[in-house]
Amino acid sequence: MDAIILQILNGLDKGSAYALIALGLTLIFGTLGVVNFAHGALFMIGAFCAVTVSRILTLSYTTVDETRTDFLGNPMEIEVPYIHNLVGQSAGDFMIDWAVPISILFAIPVMIAIGVIMERGLIKHFYKRPHADQILVTFGLAIVLQEIIKFYYGANPIPTPAPSAFRGSFDFGAFLGLGANSIIYPYWRLVYFAFSLVIIGGVFAFLRYTTFGMVVRAGMADRETVGLLGINIDRKFTIMFGIAAAVAGLAGVMYTPINSPNYHMGMDFLVLSFVVVVVGGMGSLVGAVLAGFLLGILESFASMAAVLETLPGINQIVIYLVAIIILLTRPRGLMGRKGVMEE
Amino acid sequence: MSTSNFTRRGMLKTSAVAGAGLAVPTIFTASSVAAFTNDPADQSTVTLGFNVPQSGPYADEGADELRAYELAVEHLNGEGDGGMMQTFSSKALQGNGIMGKKVEYVTGDTQTKSDAARATAKSMIEKDGAVIITGGSSSGVAVAVQALCQEAGVIFMAGLTHANDTTGKDRKANGFRHFFNSWMSGAALAPVLTKEYGTDRKAYHLTADYNWGYTTEEAIRNSTEALGWETVNAVKTPLTQTDFSAYITPVLQSDADVLVLNHYGNNMVNSLTNAVQFGLRDKMVNDKKFEIVVPLYSELMARGAGAAVKGIFGSQNWDWKLQKQLGDRYIGTDAFVKSFGEKYGFPPSQAAHTCYVQTLLYADAVERAGSFNPCAVVEALEGFEFDGLGNGPTLYRAEDHQCFKDVVVVRGKENPENEFDLVEIVEATPVDQVTYAPDAPEFGGADAKLGECNAGA
Amino acid sequence: MLGLTRKDAILLAIVTVVALLAPFILNPFPTNSGFAQFNAGYPDLMQRFAIFGIFAIGFNILFGLTGYLSFGHAAFLGVGSYAGIWMMKLLTANIIPGIAASIVVAGLFALIVGFISLRRSGIYFAILTLAFAQMSYALAYSVLTPITGGETGLQLKLNDPRVLDGALAPGERAHANLFGLDMTSSIEMHFGAWQFTFNTGYYIAALVLVLAFYLSIRIFRSPFGMMLRAIKSNNTRMTYTGLNARPYALAAFVISGMYAGLAGGLMVAMDTQVGPERMFWTASGEVVLMTILGGAGTLIGPVLGAGLIKYMENIISKINSGILHEWFYWMPDGLEDFVITLVYPFVGKGWHLTLGIVFMLVVIFLPGGLVEGGQRLRRLAQGKRAKKSATQTNPAE
Repeated sequence: MDAIILQILNGLDKGSAYALIALGLTLIFGTLGVVNFAHGALFMIGAFCAVTVSRILTLSYTTVDETRTDFLGNPMEIEVPYIHNLVGQSAGDFMIDWAVPISILFAIPVMIAIGVIMERGLIKHFYKRPHADQILVTFGLAIVLQEIIKFYYGANPIPTPAPSAFRGSFDFGAFLGLGANSIIYPYWRLVYFAFSLVIIGGVFAFLRYTTFGMVVRAGMADRETVGLLGINIDRKFTIMFGIAAAVAGLAGVMYTPINSPNYHMGMDFLVLSFVVVVVGGMGSLVGAVLAGFLLGILESFASMAAVLETLPGINQIVIYLVAIIILLTRPRGLMGRKGVMEE
Repeated sequence: MSTSNFTRRGMLKTSAVAGAGLAVPTIFTASSVAAFTNDPADQSTVTLGFNVPQSGPYADEGADELRAYELAVEHLNGEGDGGMMQTFSSKALQGNGIMGKKVEYVTGDTQTKSDAARATAKSMIEKDGAVIITGGSSSGVAVAVQALCQEAGVIFMAGLTHANDTTGKDRKANGFRHFFNSWMSGAALAPVLTKEYGTDRKAYHLTADYNWGYTTEEAIRNSTEALGWETVNAVKTPLTQTDFSAYITPVLQSDADVLVLNHYGNNMVNSLTNAVQFGLRDKMVNDKKFEIVVPLYSELMARGAGAAVKGIFGSQNWDWKLQKQLGDRYIGTDAFVKSFGEKYGFPPSQAAHTCYVQTLLYADAVERAGSFNPCAVVEALEGFEFDGLGNGPTLYRAEDHQCFKDVVVVRGKENPENEFDLVEIVEATPVDQVTYAPDAPEFGGADAKLGECNAGA
Repeated sequence: MLGLTRKDAILLAIVTVVALLAPFILNPFPTNSGFAQFNAGYPDLMQRFAIFGIFAIGFNILFGLTGYLSFGHAAFLGVGSYAGIWMMKLLTANIIPGIAASIVVAGLFALIVGFISLRRSGIYFAILTLAFAQMSYALAYSVLTPITGGETGLQLKLNDPRVLDGALAPGERAHANLFGLDMTSSIEMHFGAWQFTFNTGYYIAALVLVLAFYLSIRIFRSPFGMMLRAIKSNNTRMTYTGLNARPYALAAFVISGMYAGLAGGLMVAMDTQVGPERMFWTASGEVVLMTILGGAGTLIGPVLGAGLIKYMENIISKINSGILHEWFYWMPDGLEDFVITLVYPFVGKGWHLTLGIVFMLVVIFLPGGLVEGGQRLRRLAQGKRAKKSATQTNPAE
C-alpha cells in the first residue's frame, strides 16, 4: 500500500515535469501549428538560467592564504564571492543558497525575450512552410543552442542544489497517521509538483478568463476568421510563443535541483514530450496535461521490482507501448481535435 | 540516347589508359608491399590516432583524455619536463619521438557510439595512416574499436573501459587495457565495505541495464556475498533514465541497509543525487546507518553530483593524490600531476592518467621491439612488468592483455579543500587481492581467446 | 533506355559516373597538402556515403512520395543489420545471404510496423513509428542482450559456426567477402602527390547504390508512384474515388523498410559489427534530416543530403586545434591566434554547431533543399547565357 502511494507520488512528480514541457509544446503546436524541435532546448536553457544565476551570485575574487596549499604545493588561493561585500556575508550566503528560486525572476524575462526573438526572427517565416521544413529549422536551432551552452558550460552535469530549507523530506506517513517514515517524500519534489500545478492552472486561467486568451483560443480554432475580424492575431501569437518559452524555461529552472543540468538534457526530454503531446491529442491543452500525468504514473509503476519480475524490461518500453495502444484505440489521442496535424 | 553510350566498360578502359599514361613508376602499390598496416618506415613522422568522445555526455571526459594525449606527445617528442618518462622503469624512451620519428597525432569524435567510433577509427587508419588507435570512454565503444583494430592490423590501447568483456570474452590480440575492471572493483571494495559497515548488511542493487552494469553488479554481489552480505534485490534501470525516483522509493520500503548504484556517467550523477534527495543517507535501518556505494567513481561524476558524493565509497584506477598520501610506491603520480597541472591548471582525472600511460607504454614497447609492427609490439607488451607510471608495480598479462596493479578505494570527501579535492583515498588494495585467473568464468571462461596478432597488409 | 526518359537516363548516368569516379572526385587534394584534411576519398567514408545514400533514397520513397513522415526508420536499418550479422555468424561470411536476410527481415518488420502505424496519419503516424523504433532500441540494448549482444553489440568471432564455410586455418579470421573477394581489400594508386584508393567494398556498395537509385527512378515514374503522390496531395479525394490508399501506402512503407534493411545489411558487410545505438531515435531523425536537407521528393536530393551530413560528421569533426595552427602558421602570431579563436568553435568538437547552422541556412534560404540550390545555380548559369528570356519564362511558384 505504501509502495503504491509512493509510486503515485513519483508518477505525479514525474508527470508534472512531462506535463509542463508538453503544455508549452502544445501551446506552440495548437496556436501556431509549428512543430518545434527546439522546445527541449528551451527547457535546457531555462535550467542553465539557474546555473548562470548561481554562477553570478558566486562570482568571486581570489585572495591568497599562505597557511594552506593547493594540489601543486603552491599557496592556496581562496575564493570570496563579491556578493559578500555587496550585501554582507549572511545575506550573501542566503542568496547563494536560494539561487534556484531567485533564478525564476531572472528566467522569466530572459525566456520570454528568447521566445519572442525566436518567433519574430525565425519561426514566423515558417508558418506556411511544410512541417518537414519546420522540423529541420528548429532541430538546427536546437543543436546551435545546445552547442553554445556546451561551449560555455562544458558537457558535465553541473550540480545546482535546492535551498537548504528544502533539502529534507516530508513525512507523509506520520502526517496521514500511517506510521512515521513509512512514506517520506523530498520537499523539493513536492515544491516542483505544486509549482507545476500553479503554472498549469495559470496558463489555463489566462486562456479561459482573459480577452487575450479568448482571442488566442479563437485563433487556434480558426485563424483566418479572427484575422478578418481585424484582430492583430500575429502579435498575440508572438506573445503566446514567448509564454510557451517561459513555461518551458521555468520547468527547466525548477528541475535543476532534481537532476543536475547538462547541455543535452533538452534532447533527452524532447522525444518524450512529443509522445506526451501526441498521446494527449493534438491541439488539446487538457489532453497534454492529462497524458503527462498518466504516462508519468505508468512509468513509475512499471519500474517496480514486482512488475519487472513478471515482465522483464517493461520499464524500458512502457511509455511507448502505452502510446501505441492509446493511439490505436483513440484515433486522435486522448482529447485530440479533428484535423490538427493529421495531414 | 547518346548518354547511355557512356558504359562502365568504356569508363574502365579510359581510366586505365589515363592511369598507365600519366602515373609512371608506382601506380598501383598493392598494400602487400608493406610488411604491416601503415608502416611508417619511409616517413620521418609517426601518426597516433586519439579517438575520444567530443560530443555527447562524456565530452568532458574525452576532453581530459585529449589533454593527456597532447601532453604525452609533447613528452615523447622531448618537449616539456618529460612527465612520467622520468620515473618510468623502462628507459627505452629517449625524448626523440618514437624510434627517432617525430610523433604526430590525429583526433576524432567517438560520440560514445560504436558506429561513429569505428568510423573515425577507420578514417584514422585508412586516411591518416595511424599505427595505433587509443582512447574512448565506454566499454561498448572499446569493444567495437578493439575488434576493428584487430581486423585492420593496428594496435588498440583502450582508454576508459571498465566492463569485464573488454579483456574478457571480447579480448583481442591487438587490444590492450590499462584501466581496471568490474571484477577488480568488487574484489577491492568488498573487504573495505565489510570492514567499514560490518558483515551482516543487506544490499539493494540498482543496475544500469546493459553489459557493463551486469558485470559490475555480478562482481559486487559475488564479492560482498562471499563476505557475508545478503543481496535483497537487484533492479535494472534503463540507460536513458534521468529521474530515478521510481527506483529509489522501493529501496525505502525494503529492509535493505545498503544501496549499490551500478551506474556510470549521467546515470550515476542522477541516481546518486536522487537517492540523497530521498534522505537515504540519513536513514537508519536495522539499527544501522543506511549507506550508498558507487562501484566505479570518476572525478567528473563526483563533480556533477556535487555534495551528494560525501561519504560514498567507490573504486578508482588511479587518483592524483596517490603518491602524496600513500608514498613512493606510486611514484610517477606527482611527476604527471605536476606537468599536467602546470600545463592546464588543474589536476588530471583517472581517464587522463590511463590515456597518458597507454601512450607511453605503446611508445616504449615500439622502442623495445625495435619495430612498429603490431605483432612485435604485442610481443613486447605481453607479460611486460613495469613501474613508475603511478600505479606501483604493474604487469601487462600475456593471456588477456589486462594490466594488473593496485586498485584505489576512495570515499567522497566530507570537507573538500578545493574543487578538485572531491574524494579521499581509503586504501590501495594490493594487486594480489584483485588478480584472477585468465579463464575465470566472468571473463568468458576457457572459450575466450585472444587469437593471433594481426599485422594487417 | 532501361525504360527511362532521356532526363532520367542522364541523371542515372551522372550518378553512375560519379559513383565510379568517387575515389578521384573525393580526393582532390594532394596527400601532403594542408587541404588533404578535406579529402573524403578513403574507403570507410565512401562506403558510408553509398550506404546512407541508399537509406535516404528508401526513406524518400515513403516520405517524398506519400508524405508519411516515419520517425522510426532506423529500426529497420538496425533489424536488417542484426539479421545480416547473424547470417554471417551462422551460415557464411559471404555477404550475399547476409544482405538477402537483412532485406527480408527488415521488410517483414516493416510490414508489421507499417500495418499498425498506417492506421493513423500525420503526426500520429510519426509517433507510432517512433514508438516502435524506441522500443526496438531499448530492448536491443538491454533485455535482448543474448540475441543482440546488448551494449557491446555483435561481431564475427573465431568460434562462430559458419556452417557453409570451411574451418579457419590457425591465425586466420573470417572476412566479409563476395565469393572470396575480400570487402576490405583495396588497390592504391599513386599519382604524383595524389593518392587514390579503390576499395572492393566501396565498389560493391556503389553498385548497389546505382541499382537502388535506378529502382527508385522506376518507382517514381510508375503508375504506383503516381498513386503514392496522390496519397500525399489529397488522401480524402483519393478515398472518394473508390480507391483504398492503405495498401499503396503500406507497399511504399515496406519497400522503404527493405531499402533500410539493405543499407543495414551493407553496413554489416562493409564493417562486421552491429550495435543498438544504430536504432536510437537520433539515427531515425538523421535520415529525416538527410532527406529534407537534400530535397524531399526529389530523386537525387536524399543522396546529396546523406553525403553532406556524413561528410560533416567525419571530416569537420577531425579538425583539431593542431591542424588549425598548421593551416594558419603563416599569419602573424596575434592574427593567427585571433583567427583560430574564431574558427575553433566550429570545427573539431564543435562540428555539431556547424551542422546545426548548415541545417538552418539551407532550410531558410533553400526551401527545396540542396537540389533547389543546384537548380538556382543552373538557372543562374542559363540566365547568363540567355540573358533576357530567363527571368520572364520562369513561372513563379
